[in-house]
Amino acid sequence: MIRAKTAYRTWRDRWRRLTARKYFWPAVLTAGLAFSIAADKYDFVDLYVQLIIIYVGINIILTVSLNLINGYMGEFSVGHAGFMAVGAYTASLLTVYAFPPGLQQLLFPLAVLAGGLAAALIGFLVAIPSFKTRGDYLAIVTLAFCMIVKSVLENIDAVGGPRGLLGMEKLTTLPWVFFWTALSVWVIRNLVYSNFGRGVLSVREDEIAADLMSVNTRQVKIIAFIVSSFFAGIAGGLFAHALQFINPRMFDIIKSTDVLIMVYLGGIASIAGSVIGAVIYTILLEILRPLGVWRMVFMPLLLVVLMIYRPRGIMGLRETRLFEPLSDLATITLWRQKKKEAPDGAP
Amino acid sequence: MKKTIVGMVLLIVCALFAGGCSKDDASQIKIGLIAELTGDIPAVGASCKNAAEMAVAEVNAAGGIQLGDKKFKIKLIIEDNAGKADQSASAAQKLITQNKVVAIVGPNASRYALPAAEIAESGKVALITPWSTAPKATLNSRTGASKKYVFRACFIDPFQGGVVAKFTLDNLKSRKAAVLYDVASEYNKGIAEIFKAVYEQNGGKIVAFETYTTNDKDFSSQLTKIRQAAPEIIFLPNYYSEVPLQIQQAKRLGITAPFIGADAWGSEELLKLCGSDCEGYYFSTHYAADAAGETTRKFIADYRSRYSTTPDDVAALTYDSFGLLKQALATAGKNDRQAVRDALAGIPRYDGVTGIMQFREGSGDPVKSAVILKIRDGKFTWFANAKP
Amino acid sequence: MAYFFQQLLNALQLGSIYALIALGYTMVYGILTMINFAHGDLFMVGAFFCFLLAVYLKLSFVPTLLLSMLGVACLGVIIERLAYKPLRTAPRVSAIITALGVGLFLENFTLALSPYPKHIPPLLKNVTWTVGELSISSLQVLVIVLSLGLMLILDFVVWRTKAGMAMRAISWDKTIVPLMGVSVNKIISLTFAIGTGLGGAAGVLYSLAYPVIDPYMGIMVGWKAFICAVVGGIGNVRGAMIGGFILGAVEILVAAFFPSTYRDFVAFTLLLVLLILKPYGILGRPQPQKV
Repeated sequence: MIRAKTAYRTWRDRWRRLTARKYFWPAVLTAGLAFSIAADKYDFVDLYVQLIIIYVGINIILTVSLNLINGYMGEFSVGHAGFMAVGAYTASLLTVYAFPPGLQQLLFPLAVLAGGLAAALIGFLVAIPSFKTRGDYLAIVTLAFCMIVKSVLENIDAVGGPRGLLGMEKLTTLPWVFFWTALSVWVIRNLVYSNFGRGVLSVREDEIAADLMSVNTRQVKIIAFIVSSFFAGIAGGLFAHALQFINPRMFDIIKSTDVLIMVYLGGIASIAGSVIGAVIYTILLEILRPLGVWRMVFMPLLLVVLMIYRPRGIMGLRETRLFEPLSDLATITLWRQKKKEAPDGAP
Repeated sequence: MKKTIVGMVLLIVCALFAGGCSKDDASQIKIGLIAELTGDIPAVGASCKNAAEMAVAEVNAAGGIQLGDKKFKIKLIIEDNAGKADQSASAAQKLITQNKVVAIVGPNASRYALPAAEIAESGKVALITPWSTAPKATLNSRTGASKKYVFRACFIDPFQGGVVAKFTLDNLKSRKAAVLYDVASEYNKGIAEIFKAVYEQNGGKIVAFETYTTNDKDFSSQLTKIRQAAPEIIFLPNYYSEVPLQIQQAKRLGITAPFIGADAWGSEELLKLCGSDCEGYYFSTHYAADAAGETTRKFIADYRSRYSTTPDDVAALTYDSFGLLKQALATAGKNDRQAVRDALAGIPRYDGVTGIMQFREGSGDPVKSAVILKIRDGKFTWFANAKP
Repeated sequence: MAYFFQQLLNALQLGSIYALIALGYTMVYGILTMINFAHGDLFMVGAFFCFLLAVYLKLSFVPTLLLSMLGVACLGVIIERLAYKPLRTAPRVSAIITALGVGLFLENFTLALSPYPKHIPPLLKNVTWTVGELSISSLQVLVIVLSLGLMLILDFVVWRTKAGMAMRAISWDKTIVPLMGVSVNKIISLTFAIGTGLGGAAGVLYSLAYPVIDPYMGIMVGWKAFICAVVGGIGNVRGAMIGGFILGAVEILVAAFFPSTYRDFVAFTLLLVLLILKPYGILGRPQPQKV
């Protein structure tokens, strides 16, 4: 049993008690939404900083959704940019060609949702070969898929072919990004700590044993891929309307690599880790812009050093108290105590 | 450990907010430059940057531009688009919203100019692209009407493609042509299609129309197909870094037909990368360094003394873009985006180092002549003029 | 008919280069079950070494090839010691991400030092023989013959020498091998040296065939070679060779008989289908999983 700390003196306890209250996080989220709507309307936050925050939000969605497959399910998927591309193109085609010009602001969430659904459908198609293949072979399947998507988009002249799609309005605003980011983090966090989530974790730990224990591994893999690609599609739709221009080359293997780096930088199998990874990577890249070309020399070096000293990422396999469900708290605290006594060894 | 991470994240976020605050420097005119300094065509970006810096230095040396009763100096803010379309777009965004420039010059390659032009149009900031010849850069992609804020200093491909096609038919007397072009790039694809249309309209026959994607290095398959078709001449509307590979591989496969190109050949780097393989071929471009008029010769001499190389067409066109901007600023009389744009749109005729530019009402595209250059003794030499 | 044979020759040339690079991936994977994603960039470094040696030291072909191979092999061993050795006990994915990071570092470092694409002067005189309607260039023949030669040497080393036997032993069971008197570190370094040396040789041959080099040339080629290695059965040296030729053939022949824009699409779909039919690659062993 946990010995509940009854000391009210430390700030940490005060913070914990505050956040444990029922109304706290909904209040914070509402405040955040209100702030972002105000910032968007009254422009008291510099437009460039707004753009960076939008990028951070999009990257958080991408990272959290990839973490579901790579971190929690233990697969190695390199095709995330392909799902993003599908979402981006679907959403853009809808707003540019299908929606009447006046209603675009109103119908924007529908476009993004449609992008997500299209990407989810493609995710379903990718999940099917994943049954037979494991490990590195799955990496190839997802890699090949990513390149196929890029190649197909390059060949369809109707969507602009290799030169890309133009003409999107700047519909991605701070409030929308805030909304979708919060939604995706919430959904995936809940998914991971649900019964289904335990199935996902069991597939990672030992797939055959999970199968024997009546976990429907097929269904778990399919649903995980669908959810992950859905959110990647949403991120793609938001990205397209922030940049106002997309072309197939933006969604190639290098973009996938970027998302991979964010996932492993922040920490696998950790929601807070995904958020941290996305934030640090995006903002660090922007801050280091004055370095010019040397920026991209410095970043990978940092990544390599980090990997050597913390192979599972900053928050690898751990979670902040915020995201852990209360029912698990007891077990997790005991586990952490035990870990402190016996240093790291098994994954 | 966790505290340091949280602290680091907060610090980074604060630094971003602090860095985001831009100082408003009202005593200078800020002009943005987006150039391909790294990526697949760095020579183009370097020429552009050099010419821009030279143009700005000349203006500042004379004390600046007279706006009202004061003279303002020009501050040039250079952004590298790293040869990527999305970075072009975000560089344009940054220049407009964070650096608060009054106008933008660049990018050069059409595939990078297009996204930046979109951002400039929606951000209501004038953009002059020195070198992008694809017509889509100044046209609204949905309505087809002219964009209001995008201008260029060069001719457009419908004119250039026609020039090359007619030159091939009339001067080189070739009736059967093959084309190898990059399907992933706006400029290459556009001019290839225009060449095909004009060529066939005037009695020629296109026997092979092959494609590749940007960054491809192996063209053996497409060139073998072209060899099968036995053309009399091969049109390569591609950039200076790809053409040498294509010509060398073609020769290795035993293709003896000559090659002809367009203005993307125009960099000195082409001669370095191609060696003697490109001897005797023609291409269309914006200006000829060795057949220059008075103003052009002065520009070439200044450029040579500053950078010890002959300026290429990108440099000349960038210099002209800045000349246009200078005139617009002087006419507008104030450091205001809309006024500068209106003044630019109102220039009917400009005599630059690349020739006479005539602007029509409502369009950002000048009407200009082209020149045909021949590669002789490892140098670009003037061969013919082509008037519109 | 001659058209087909011409395209076949092109396919052989492209395929040999893919095969050489795929060999590097496979060798490292076989021993360490680690995908060295920096391999494509080591290939690029090999091409740049070739450029430096050919242009600044004005060496001829054979010394350039040997010195570039040596240079890249040394670089490979250094990278292994610094970046991969500490991660031998860590989860596999961390090593892969580190490899990605090293690759990015190499690309951008080379970019920072030399942003312009560089041209390599022809190191060998190129003669084109015409046999009927076929054009065979001596360069093509050289690339094919040299690649095959290197692959045969590698095959010999892996299957007929003691060091090769040690490499194969380590790939079966890493913990037992040191007990048998084999220095694991030395063998791993040797494997890296050979694998990356082959990648460097591929770089030199590639830059002979396509003399314009730039820092980003390794990315696509690297990922494609990785696919070749997996399709052939990762960990299997002969499989990597087969995989390389298959991809080369598919790419060239697809462009030969279909419009060239469909090339990537058809090539990758075919590979996907191949993987679905043979989930462990053509020559791969199904890995038994114990519960």
